[in-house]
Amino acid sequence: MIGSCAFALRGTKTATQAGVEPILRTEHLRVEYPASRRGEPPKVAVKDLTLRVYPGEVFGFLGPNGAGKTTTMNVLLGFVRPTSGEAYLFGVNVKDPIARQRIGYLPELTYYYRFLTAEEILRFYGRLFGLGGPELDRRIERLLKLVELEPARNRQLKHYSKGMQQRVGLAQALINDPDLLILDEPTSGLDPIGRMKVREIIQRLKNEGKTVFFSSHELGEVETVCDRVAIVHQGELKVEGRVDELVRSHQANLEQVFLRIIGYPTSLAA
Amino acid sequence: MKTWFALAGVVVRELYRRKDFYVLFVLTALITLLLASVDFFEDVRVVRYLREVTLLLIWVSALVIAVVTAARQVPAERESRTIFPLLAKPVTRAQVVVGKFAGVWLASGLALALFYGFYLLVGALQGAPGSWTLGLQAFWLHWMMLAVVVSMAILGSLIFSAPSVNSTICFIVVAGILLLAGHLNVIAAAQPDPWGSVVYGLYYALPHLELFDVRDLLIHEHPPVAWGAVGVATLYAAVYAGIFLLGAWWIFRKKALPT
Repeated sequence: MIGSCAFALRGTKTATQAGVEPILRTEHLRVEYPASRRGEPPKVAVKDLTLRVYPGEVFGFLGPNGAGKTTTMNVLLGFVRPTSGEAYLFGVNVKDPIARQRIGYLPELTYYYRFLTAEEILRFYGRLFGLGGPELDRRIERLLKLVELEPARNRQLKHYSKGMQQRVGLAQALINDPDLLILDEPTSGLDPIGRMKVREIIQRLKNEGKTVFFSSHELGEVETVCDRVAIVHQGELKVEGRVDELVRSHQANLEQVFLRIIGYPTSLAA
Repeated sequence: MKTWFALAGVVVRELYRRKDFYVLFVLTALITLLLASVDFFEDVRVVRYLREVTLLLIWVSALVIAVVTAARQVPAERESRTIFPLLAKPVTRAQVVVGKFAGVWLASGLALALFYGFYLLVGALQGAPGSWTLGLQAFWLHWMMLAVVVSMAILGSLIFSAPSVNSTICFIVVAGILLLAGHLNVIAAAQPDPWGSVVYGLYYALPHLELFDVRDLLIHEHPPVAWGAVGVATLYAAVYAGIFLLGAWWIFRKKALPT
């Protein structure tokens, strides 16, 4: 239902204004990690983060290393409990595992069972979503074709290159035909061809009306594919808005906007 | 249910794609065949000795497979970070614990079936097959005992971070129970209080794994065990496995993931 709604809203600038329920929502999210030494204050990874991501958007979640991007994603995925505040996916609190029924997640690095083949990995993750029979077979075929891994489908992952493993990751993230994709630096560590392929897949998903929430350091890539971005620094949301509006209002490209917002002297960057 | 089977399937695949199981089976088979090839003037004691050695090897091998496989499940998921894409699916931590247990227990059962099948086959080839019913009961009781051991090792893997430490502790505990648990009441009776009460407490709290050991009955060709007793032993194992798995889930649900 939301998928079709997302498709209808694709590319519309007024998605946030049309009273559409956000797919992803955080409310005053705060995450603290215990201090490494006794007597020190806890480390605040995320401070008062309120975000909205709407159906059909490609949303870039940006920030320098240690800004709190992965922690926020970890909260959304239920790996980390927030110290305060709440997070919701499809209106369901992320504490409830059912909130993850309609999402696909690609971690920053490839974390899969190296003794399984690509086909077995997809079958395993598909079963976790309750899929089976001809429907699962059909999805596996389609995804292996999408990520161009058909010839290597019966090879164990330990024999795959990093780029191939990342494409298996992308395929597993899509096995349940998710309405929302959470991608943590999907092109990290890939060669230019691998990056291009991942970017093409994100573009294709965008055209299919999927919602994509992703973090990346590749700001050129973000500028190309994202509708809106949020920039976080030291756990705080610094700016949130449409990419074209940010670029226009700052009269600079996204990289320069990003550097200004995080307080890096842009004269040095130039 | 589908989630449990999916998780268990990965564990079984891991076991048969690793070398440990084959090494143990080939070693057991070689020693058994070597002993079986020796003809000691058809002395019945030699047959018994052969059975004893083979069954001991089966017990040690099955224990190694079960403990080592169970001990590495959750730590390996955390270390290789496969736990992240796993828990990003609509999977609860309770399902992970039960799925891992089911996988290791099933894999151990398959290995055990192969070992016992081999044992009965060698016996049959030697002209002394023994009771097939008792053989089946021995396999079943052994497998039930492994349910307790596997759940204990999974609980241990959430307490001790290093699988090697967990495995060592599990081996010591299981060996200790098998050798001593049945005599703890006698030891308790000889102790003054409060030590006597402590040892009695241990006697009643520990899972009596020695109850599942019917090797002597097999070796000395006793009649099969009453099926009622097998049923009670199965229930006994289920209760202990359930308690250990509940403890494992309790710890795992609060455990932070590596960030």
